Amino acid sequence: MNIELVFQIAGIGILISVLNMVLKQAGKEEQAQMLTLVGVVIVLLMVIQLISQLFNNVRSVFGF
Amino acid sequence: MEILQVVGMGLVSTILIVVIRQRQPEMALLLSLLVGVLLFLFLVNKIAVIIDILQQLASQADIKMEYLNVILKIIGVAYLAEFGAQICRDAGEGAIAAKVELAGKVIIMMMALPVMMMLLEAIMRLLP
Repeated sequence: MNIELVFQIAGIGILISVLNMVLKQAGKEEQAQMLTLVGVVIVLLMVIQLISQLFNNVRSVFGF
Repeated sequence: MEILQVVGMGLVSTILIVVIRQRQPEMALLLSLLVGVLLFLFLVNKIAVIIDILQQLASQADIKMEYLNVILKIIGVAYLAEFGAQICRDAGEGAIAAKVELAGKVIIMMMALPVMMMLLEAIMRLLP
């Protein structure tokens, strides 16, 4: 029940949304989009590791 | 007790998702997917214990093990299909969710066919 992972990802999300606002103020729209993409990729990497762990557990428990 | 952890985690992450959803919808989806996975990882040990007990009871009642294995596989496929379909539906992709559920049903049907064939053969043998 490692909830700190949830807080990490929520922190990344909030940080990115704040940085996006800052970049938009500074007039750098495309960099804001790039930042969103980078954020999504980082979080996706973390989530995919957990999904693979979930699938391995399900495979072992249910005997696939 | 554990239920407090589960409910607490569910509520906290729901609030975080609502906060994030306005600005970063894709991050909110990833977060909800993550919480779903974490909650199941928390449950998987308990499910394993339950399944072990079921297998012991089945072996005592000398039920053939392959029947129980087929049932367990079907439960696993049903759970995963429902998990994936629900995540897709939350993201607003009802069509993909329906396809995932259809695939789950077809796979379960494929698994259940051998057992049905055995049942039919047994019935045919009983008839005069």
